[in-house]
Amino acid sequence: MREVAIVAFAQSDHLRTTDELSEVDMVMPVLHQVLAQTGLRTSDIGFTCSGSSDYLAGRAFSFTMTLDGVGAWPPISESHVEMDGAWAMYEAWVKLLTGEVDTALVYSYGKSSPGSVRDVLTRQLDPYYVAPLWPDSVALAALQAQALIDAGETDETALAGIAARSRESASANCHAQVKGSVPQGDYEVQPLRKGDCPPVSDGAVAVILAAGDKARELCERPAWIRGMDHRIEAHSLGVRDLTDSPSSRLAAERAGAFERPVDTAELHAPFTSQEVVLRKALKLGDDVAVNPSGGALAANPVMAAGLLRIGEAAARIHRGESDRALAHATSGPCLQQNLVAVLEGDAR
Amino acid sequence: MPEVLKAPLVVEFPFTRSLGSVQSAFLTGLRERTVLGVKTTDGKVMVPPVEYDPVTADELRDLVEVESTGTVTTWAWNPEPRRGQPLGTPFAWVLVRLDGADTALLHALDAPGPDAVTTGMRVRVRWAAERTGAITDIACFEPYEGEAADAEPAAHDGQFDDAVTGIVAAARLDYVYSPGRAQTAYINALADRRTVGERCPSCRKVYVPPRGACPTCGVATTDRVEVGPAGTVTTFCIVNVKARNLDIELPYVYAHIALDGADLALHGRIAGIPYDQVRMGLKVEPVWTEGGRYPDHYRPTGEPDADYDTYKELV
Repeated sequence: MREVAIVAFAQSDHLRTTDELSEVDMVMPVLHQVLAQTGLRTSDIGFTCSGSSDYLAGRAFSFTMTLDGVGAWPPISESHVEMDGAWAMYEAWVKLLTGEVDTALVYSYGKSSPGSVRDVLTRQLDPYYVAPLWPDSVALAALQAQALIDAGETDETALAGIAARSRESASANCHAQVKGSVPQGDYEVQPLRKGDCPPVSDGAVAVILAAGDKARELCERPAWIRGMDHRIEAHSLGVRDLTDSPSSRLAAERAGAFERPVDTAELHAPFTSQEVVLRKALKLGDDVAVNPSGGALAANPVMAAGLLRIGEAAARIHRGESDRALAHATSGPCLQQNLVAVLEGDAR
Repeated sequence: MPEVLKAPLVVEFPFTRSLGSVQSAFLTGLRERTVLGVKTTDGKVMVPPVEYDPVTADELRDLVEVESTGTVTTWAWNPEPRRGQPLGTPFAWVLVRLDGADTALLHALDAPGPDAVTTGMRVRVRWAAERTGAITDIACFEPYEGEAADAEPAAHDGQFDDAVTGIVAAARLDYVYSPGRAQTAYINALADRRTVGERCPSCRKVYVPPRGACPTCGVATTDRVEVGPAGTVTTFCIVNVKARNLDIELPYVYAHIALDGADLALHGRIAGIPYDQVRMGLKVEPVWTEGGRYPDHYRPTGEPDADYDTYKELV
């Protein structure tokens, strides 16, 4: 199989509101940064793929606006997924594996501040039986948290510990939104307190992928993608065992995650309780550094938070802080869909 | 920099959705206070029912009737109900496995407080007073003391008079829209009856209206430039279909207009000239109405037509 690596990663500062910035204003600096890191120009990029959602902007075809920041003339090869950018990266990875192109630019962004993201996310639910009840994203995560507590897999103190550890880790991340010591606060939806929930964030992320020698040329220590897979579970929450994530486990297995231990795991767990599920499903021991970036509890730009996890894991490999990392992205309620990528640096 | 503009933006959309045979039977059943499930190939009963097994993808059609009482499998206390949710007072979200079913249904539980809710508690359906064939025909669940019936659910033919075959899924999302820096400047200038664009620092093109970036070069456009007021029709069409709520006589002309100094044509309506005399190259100027926030339409200036070569790049 062709070797493909992440050779550059950039992200915006993640903020509660960015009124003065249009989507393209938010995305463009991040695109310029990854291009500058590699010395590539738009015309050198073989394929461009982005992820975002019109429901956040409240506007149709909103992603076309950010394409202005790419510089799409002369015409480029381009695609978009109405999902987290991690899935856009999957598309780009497949494109590179075909041998058709040698480089790809992948970016995604989420500007959640114009709407109410808790309500917006209800529109992704089953429209016949669930969406008419408007169960918001926190409510559905809380059902999963209670199922975990009932199963004896966690308790509120342990969840508060996950929140505290994540935001403490985020103190070292200059782009994070919520960091340091943050009170757990009142119940949003019991058993989840404010501290168990992600912040509402605006932010953007970009990575550049390259194949083989091109990757070695562009990056001192490329983060090689050893495997990547994504899986989905039954749509109805009442059919699933909410204390487990078989789709994450299967994706990790197919991505090769269990072949050898990883030293780092960047998990896309917007709620503290979801980290409990993922640690079990992905068989992560206590010796693995989980979310050294602070994770989605520190900044959660919807549609970018998953690609951010992959980017953060890759950056640790670039910096020599990790040799083998697992990156995870999720989409949908209660870890409905899950993507796992395994990244490695060259042996030292 | 002046503050960016902001305005409420409400997006409302009533989706009309048709139902498959199993969904139709289930929702019609709710209207008749009957809860139906569907049997999977391995004999499990799914409530709410689906038409294809989520694990095996087998087609599922064998309907059975289950009880309107059940057991809470997990719950979450919602102290502040949001718009559209089943109850206006604090309530518990619950997954309920109805008696006779093997899977759980999501809904609301009316209870006095979180201390009154536990996993494993017994509940029953509280029916809505007016039922239309929708999941909201279940108003909510309420606590119920009775034991679970252990009889096998009976087969049901799913036939009802006047079956519901579709639902209207109404949605409303509220936003506060901000057009960002570049378009705020554009809109504010229009209030003074001026049109401003932005120049690309790389290719020098002037974009109107500006969006903050040059789509060709992929860089920020920050150099503000006033253009117009007059311009040239680069292309046009004659509109013969009346849009709803549009108070304009048919036919009318809709045109692309390159304002003097702009490198991108914007669009507007042409009036003050018979529709069949509008032509490419026609020189036009904006007409503002009292209190208008943007030009109502463009009319001929009376100048000679522009030479094709002067605007062919903009067609």
